[in-house]
Amino acid sequence: MEMLSGAEMVIRSLQDQKIEYIYGYPGGSVLHIYDALAQQEQVKHILVRHEQAATHMADAYARASGKPGVVLVTSGPGATNAVTGIATAFMDSIPMVVICGQVPSTLIGEDAFQETDMMGVSRPVVKHNFAVKHPSEIPGLIKKAFYIASSGRPGPVVIDIPKDMTTPTDKFEYSYPEAVPMRSYNPATRGHSGQIKKAVELLLEARRPVILVGGGAVGGKATAEATELAKTLNFPVSNTLMGLGGYPSTDRQWLGMPGMHGSYEANMALHGSDLILSIGARFDDRVTNATEKFCPTAKIIHIDIDPSSISKTIAADVPIVGPAKSVLVEMLALLAKSGKQPDAEALSSWWSQIDQWRERHGGHYERNEGGMLKPQQVIEALYQVTKGDAYVCSDVGQHQMFAAQYYKFDKPNRWINSGGLGTMGFGFPAAMGVKLHYPEAEVVCVTGEGSFQMNLQEFSTCSQYGIPVKIVCLNNHSLGMVRQWQDMNYESRHSQSYMQSLPDFHKLTDAYGHKAITVKTEAELIPALEEAFALKDELVFLDIHVDPTEHVYPMLVPKASMRDMWLNKTERT
Amino acid sequence: MRHIIAVLLENEAGALSRVVGLFSQRNFNIETLNVAPTEDPTLSRLTVTTSGSDRVIEQITKQLNKLIEVVKLVDLTEGEHIEREMMLIKLKATGQHRDEVKRTVDIFRGQIVDVSSSIYTVQLTGDQGKLDAFIAAIGETYVLETVRTGVSGIARGDKVLSI
Repeated sequence: MEMLSGAEMVIRSLQDQKIEYIYGYPGGSVLHIYDALAQQEQVKHILVRHEQAATHMADAYARASGKPGVVLVTSGPGATNAVTGIATAFMDSIPMVVICGQVPSTLIGEDAFQETDMMGVSRPVVKHNFAVKHPSEIPGLIKKAFYIASSGRPGPVVIDIPKDMTTPTDKFEYSYPEAVPMRSYNPATRGHSGQIKKAVELLLEARRPVILVGGGAVGGKATAEATELAKTLNFPVSNTLMGLGGYPSTDRQWLGMPGMHGSYEANMALHGSDLILSIGARFDDRVTNATEKFCPTAKIIHIDIDPSSISKTIAADVPIVGPAKSVLVEMLALLAKSGKQPDAEALSSWWSQIDQWRERHGGHYERNEGGMLKPQQVIEALYQVTKGDAYVCSDVGQHQMFAAQYYKFDKPNRWINSGGLGTMGFGFPAAMGVKLHYPEAEVVCVTGEGSFQMNLQEFSTCSQYGIPVKIVCLNNHSLGMVRQWQDMNYESRHSQSYMQSLPDFHKLTDAYGHKAITVKTEAELIPALEEAFALKDELVFLDIHVDPTEHVYPMLVPKASMRDMWLNKTERT
Repeated sequence: MRHIIAVLLENEAGALSRVVGLFSQRNFNIETLNVAPTEDPTLSRLTVTTSGSDRVIEQITKQLNKLIEVVKLVDLTEGEHIEREMMLIKLKATGQHRDEVKRTVDIFRGQIVDVSSSIYTVQLTGDQGKLDAFIAAIGETYVLETVRTGVSGIARGDKVLSI
């Protein structure tokens, strides 16, 4: 059998796991591993400029491809810098494996240089973590990390490796396990057939149904089945923020996103529904508003791979624990077998009610004729220029909501955003991670001047590796979402939400060797976007000045039900 | 309502901290907690008493089950069960009162496990209510020190928690 050092085992295990790219930053505790990395070519390493960016790159790759992303960082500050990205992946159930260096095991607990208890620090934001106690454990633990990260409800897994576990001269037998059965970890492989039968009966009896497609449908690769089910039944569909693209947004049966900044018709339909079929949506507080007022007449069928997501905030009438895909396949088979259809007359009147709601708001916003650009029209132009087929990687804030509302996603895995944690600084490295793996695809980062400055150092990484993402920066000279809340709840006292001393983004972009275009008028907008996307091999930063007074609407009224919304600055339901 | 949850846990470093961390992260409360290895050295058994609404208890058991190192668990309070806690208690035992303390210990079927001229150290086993009742009967002014193990529990009858 082959004899390898712990450091070589780390890299060899990644090779055997068929990992193409890892993202990271070297440091004292991982020098042995970096030395092993340098002596092979199969696993390529992307050197970021800050560890947070490495985690977002790996995370976004996982979101776009469905496969786990891999990060390698050193102990102490390297590991703690990665924590925000690990927490981001955790909140959105994204598979990721993070390998962290650690001080030698003989020094653990002695406050050694660059020592942090990463097992303790990461524990609340990982699906699981492992500390290596002996070099020979490394292949098995890496295999387990990938298995845990990508099965069941996916999530990040951290492996903490003390430096003396990777000493180049200490060699041990290496073999990469085929499988790693664990008696204490057996995620559900199919739903309970009795529950599925009950669910199908409810679907057939429904008169005012809504299907809610969440991130679990995208992560569980069940969007084709969800779409088929909705089409078979002629039911309206709403995709949560994490589920965008799970059901095609340009389809007639799509209502828009639910929740805080959901569409008027989606929120009204959910509130008035008699049945909600949730496919991998977790009834997060940004969707439900006040839980005690949530959809008072609706029965709930809740499909989720994670039992703890079911009845956590909203009690389910028919809980189904299992992978969305297999559950939906069984539902479709039962429906076909029954030969029944829901009451067509009831559905027809439900649809005419929905069409009336659509008339009322329909995503309407006022343009400033001849004045400043509205952020919504920038997203509409982006949709037009990219023909609706780009990977859109968003940062966090107003621009995120505008992108979610106005870019119509027809495919899953195209909308990449930090939905759960709301991590500013996510968008740019996320776009880099996607572009690296899909060089032929259009990849755009929609950001704001606030979010962008949280990870702009990655301009340098893009120069080094030639990563030609397009950055659409909705520059409103303020932290737009904070400002909106201050306008609505704090009598417009804009406490610390105004971005003073912004850099000259043109010069900044130029300094890193990329191209910048400034856009201030409607006439410049489409030509600038077309120019940017025509430059296939260049990173282009579009500094687009937009109206800072604009708010995101609709917006749920706090502590109320889903039908209580602000539709614009003056009109409330 | 008070619940006693028994958990079989992989006997690995850090497993206990995950359980304890879960309770504080998710704002669940722990009233008592005890843990020790079982006859199978790869497994620890942990007993936690907690309280909360049905919804909270459901979340506690689901979240515990989600921990990779939790092998199996049972909410003992869902069925007939036996619960026991052991207490060591140092009591002032001087003068006339020394006999009274001895009698109370006998009534509660405790054992005096150490004696000095002024102190009895008593071992007492029972459910939480019995131990509380003993302290009340002795009177708090005579209690110098107590140490309690926290609740251990096991189901009655044929039910067995094992892998």
